[in-house]
Amino acid sequence: MKTPSRLGLAVAIVLACAAPTLSVAQPAAPTAVTVPIKNFAFMPMMVTVAAGGSVTWKNLDGEPHTVTSTDGLFRSGGLDEDESFTFKFLKPGVYKYICSIHPQMKASVVVR
Amino acid sequence: MPPEFDRRGALTCLGLAAGTVFGLAGGVLTATPLAQAATRGVGRPLFVQLSDTHIGFNKAANPDVGATLDRTIDLVNNLPIQPALILHTGDITHLSKPEEFDAAHQHLSRLRVTELHTTPGEHDKIDGTGTEYLNRFGQASNGKGYYSFDHDGVHFIGLVNVMHFKAGGLGAFGDDQLAWLKDDLSGRSSSQPLVIFAHMPMWTIYEAWGWGTADADQVMALTRRFGSVAVLNGHIHQIVQKTEGHVVFHTARSTAYPQPAAGEGPAPGPLVVAPDELPRRLGLTSVTIAPLPGLASLSDTALA
Repeated sequence: MKTPSRLGLAVAIVLACAAPTLSVAQPAAPTAVTVPIKNFAFMPMMVTVAAGGSVTWKNLDGEPHTVTSTDGLFRSGGLDEDESFTFKFLKPGVYKYICSIHPQMKASVVVR
Repeated sequence: MPPEFDRRGALTCLGLAAGTVFGLAGGVLTATPLAQAATRGVGRPLFVQLSDTHIGFNKAANPDVGATLDRTIDLVNNLPIQPALILHTGDITHLSKPEEFDAAHQHLSRLRVTELHTTPGEHDKIDGTGTEYLNRFGQASNGKGYYSFDHDGVHFIGLVNVMHFKAGGLGAFGDDQLAWLKDDLSGRSSSQPLVIFAHMPMWTIYEAWGWGTADADQVMALTRRFGSVAVLNGHIHQIVQKTEGHVVFHTARSTAYPQPAAGEGPAPGPLVVAPDELPRRLGLTSVTIAPLPGLASLSDTALA
């Protein structure tokens, strides 16, 4: 489990470094992000969205999944194949969530 | 590859629907594929195991899971001698919706055998707490989900391993249930056969896909002194069986759709197969069979 997450971090860092040339300020966070759920994974495992923006998850697996925050803030219920769930994040912070049916599926949303 | 799967030449597929008939022969629990039992008889069947009916599923892997369940029920109803009990090892519904439970009830009420025992799968508690399941099937257990009963000298124990998932996705029973089980077994004669049924496999078949139960070893420790223990599970939609001493572990096929063998492909989930192959993947014959009077040709490995 460790290797993929480290890899994910490395990719994130590389992407961050490759982001707009010589830009000193952080690029504005998007106001809407989509996270596909595929092969028992949230992709990507970490997304960033602006405060007040929303994240939409769409289950592409034949197996149902849920989007369930570990602190109880949001809960999709069962998402069948091709079903979606959207949540609007108001406050900055890091929000961790899992699939409550397959808790090995972990991911997070960064709101800033 | 999981043990015992696709390996034995004797494990040919004959059935059109899932289910296994269990009977007592000389005090030993024996298993017979439902389709063969329906056509050839198995003496006096004790119970039939159904699993993973997934009522509500309607995707490509099987657009009509109600029809395949009905075919299974027809096989049970056509047994020459009706079994006393039906055990359903979970995932009765696909998404825990009330209407799915209603539809499942309508199908299952076609069974001529009216004594139905169930344990929930993770698909039956997608609402988080399993309230919908327990409202309908929780009477026998006072709303706990796990319970036991005796029938024909056999002690049946229905356990729940889908309420407390461990990191990595393995199922778990939890301390309360284990304490209850210890109490349930204390003072019981070691010569009484045990049948334990729960949804997720009670031995680790494939950890990467969560195909196992983290604290199953504690259950097996509590049952070690018993002379005959059968552990019946579902969840993985395929037959995997192993025998350890006097304990036999067995997972049932689904009546709804097949899943890949452990580790084949990126993830578990509904497996789309050719339409003419589907009935064989829902088929039920991969149970190894103990010698039965009149069915010696089916004999392969003793179940218990």
